[in-house]
Amino acid sequence: MRLHTGIRAAAIIAATTLLAAGCTSGDDTTSSSPTGGSTEKAEKVDLTFWTWAPGMDDVVKAWNDANPDIQVTVNKQDGGDPAVTKLLTAIKAGSGAPDLMQTEYQKIPTLVAADALADISGAVDSSIAGHFADGTWQSVTLGGDAVYGIPQDSGPMEFYYREDIFTKYKLDVPTTWAEYADVATKLHEADPKAYLGTFSATDAGWFTGLTQQAGASWWGINGDAWSVDIDSAASQKVASYWGDLVEKGVIDNKPMYTPEWNAALNDGTQAGWVSAIWAPGVLAGNAADTQGKWKMAPMPQWNAGDNATGNWGGSATSVTSQSKNVEAATKFATWMNTSQDAVNILVAKGGLYPADLPGQAEALSAPPAFFPNQPDFYTTATDIAKSVQPFTYGPNVNVAFSAYNDQFGKAAESKKASAFLTALTAMQKATVDDLLNSGFTVDE
Amino acid sequence: MTVQTPPRARRRRSGRFAPYVYLAPAMTLFALFLALPIGYALYLSFRTVKVSGLGLGKGARTEVWAGFDNYARSLTDPDFIDSVIRVALYGLVLVPVMLGLALLFALLLDSKRTRGRGFSRVSIFLPYAVPAVIASLLWGFLYLPRVSPFYYVFDKIGWDAPDILSSQWVLFAIANIGLWGGVGFNMIVIYTALKAIPSELYEAARLDGATEVQIAWRIKIPVVTPSLILTFLFSMIATLQVFAEPMTLRPLTNTISSTWSPLMKVYRDAFTRDDIYSAAATSVIIALATFALSFGFLRLVQRRAFSQENS
Repeated sequence: MRLHTGIRAAAIIAATTLLAAGCTSGDDTTSSSPTGGSTEKAEKVDLTFWTWAPGMDDVVKAWNDANPDIQVTVNKQDGGDPAVTKLLTAIKAGSGAPDLMQTEYQKIPTLVAADALADISGAVDSSIAGHFADGTWQSVTLGGDAVYGIPQDSGPMEFYYREDIFTKYKLDVPTTWAEYADVATKLHEADPKAYLGTFSATDAGWFTGLTQQAGASWWGINGDAWSVDIDSAASQKVASYWGDLVEKGVIDNKPMYTPEWNAALNDGTQAGWVSAIWAPGVLAGNAADTQGKWKMAPMPQWNAGDNATGNWGGSATSVTSQSKNVEAATKFATWMNTSQDAVNILVAKGGLYPADLPGQAEALSAPPAFFPNQPDFYTTATDIAKSVQPFTYGPNVNVAFSAYNDQFGKAAESKKASAFLTALTAMQKATVDDLLNSGFTVDE
Repeated sequence: MTVQTPPRARRRRSGRFAPYVYLAPAMTLFALFLALPIGYALYLSFRTVKVSGLGLGKGARTEVWAGFDNYARSLTDPDFIDSVIRVALYGLVLVPVMLGLALLFALLLDSKRTRGRGFSRVSIFLPYAVPAVIASLLWGFLYLPRVSPFYYVFDKIGWDAPDILSSQWVLFAIANIGLWGGVGFNMIVIYTALKAIPSELYEAARLDGATEVQIAWRIKIPVVTPSLILTFLFSMIATLQVFAEPMTLRPLTNTISSTWSPLMKVYRDAFTRDDIYSAAATSVIIALATFALSFGFLRLVQRRAFSQENS
């Protein structure tokens, strides 16, 4: 409770300051902090930005040319995990963190828990939430009043399949999970080497997205306590469904992203892939020979006529807690992720799927090069993106994900549906135990 | 007398400091890069972080003393105990085969009748020069049925070979990589010891009518025993520290957990779970166990090893 009031108070103070600043000077005023209430004349602000997304230099150049007062410097990172490790080290050391940081959605709670991110709810325009799907927006608010970043790209999940193979065996594109199971069985019977997909025990984010579609939200906040709901009815439904398919042998049980999996994508023995919007890039890289043979369809649904999907991947742009220019940084992050100009560059130069809903139509007019056979690729995708279900990540996603790898690895290897449910229970236990051990209050 | 005293005193004073001056670089490096990190790890192993409330925002996390909690948790963690048992099995499979082959190759290379000695020596030693991560990537490709030339051949000759990355075989798959990389190094150590044996010993044996096998068994092996003990000790320590091979193979299969070996558990705790305190405690336990095993083993074989070295 105390924390909530604290955040609200900070937000009010910040908002008031903003108003005051807006009234006192017409031009850009950048205070040292949202609560600083500085009215000094505009000075040139230099911001540093850690990111590893492609095309960032182009977006930043466009900003720098138009905003001589706020200059942003891009600092390229190796990737999500190393950048987080570096940021956490800088936070512990008390200096060295950038102003802005690309943050993957599932890492945000961990970073907030380490006090690495600034709450920018006072610096953002409140209408900005309307730019994003509810599920995406919740990833940066953690379901509370605070705002820990501006969503940049998202990974709404879709179903990809080999059109030529579906035609060859006269298979219909599944619209429900029951149909998916039927198609998987028929395909495997027609060609015992072929599979409609694989259950990957090394991709926790993939499974998380599947349970998100089914209505699960693994963590939650109740007052001052965290709740963990990994072993929920929705997740159990997903786990036993895939466990059943693996037990019957109609779905493969080997991990994705192995040389073997790449070979299978190429030669058509993996004839389908439950994946996300960024799949064209992966397919182009791993199975270049199959260009034009794939098609994308909405995710199979749990109930016919439903319209829901999960999220796999995607990042936000966050302001770090060490930034002395929270307002300027927020201004840049907002522009980069919600203005049409910037969104166009993100798509054209970075190949990202923008989280900004209003900007999508213009930016995504042409299909990805790997899907010349599906001109309405992004029109379909944009509809799908609106149906991303809400999901809350907790402060120890890392623990849950590593437990997923170990537990579901065992389950997939055993090829028993019951083992998939045991794995889910073990994941829940590992996650709760870790929270309790660190002294978190856990609502059970 | 009075003339001699000052220089002697000066010499004595400079003599008193000289050893320290010579030692200083080594001591500084030792302190900075060994003693200090070890001390810090020890300190961390007795600490832990406590969270208040939701753990979000400033001051929600504080570092506190944990006593022996981290140690107790490590030692009672079934994942850790499993990893120790797994690595013990791995050692039982790997070390005897590796040293046996190393000894065999060394004896063959040392034998007068062997041809192409230089080439054989280099080709057996070469895998040791390949970094473990690269070796594991190479073998990883060879282990995956769909991309492996081995499985292609097996398929052609109609042998339904088992998947070597499945749960009952994965231990051997990892041990094989260790074997491939380790035989060469151990062979060179033993071979060097063989080269140091004075040739009069062989001549005397041959005059007495000993065969090559008898010479190997009666003379060479007893003489290289200290080297065998040394290589065994190295192999034992390397076994306890196995990390790169399972870590690299892990994304390829469901059968290697993130706590497959003790060091992988340390890595997971420190970098995946962001719990450097448990990781520090587990590291200290592994270090102590390594010391205990190494010194225990040395004590056991001391008489033999040192009597040879002293002679």
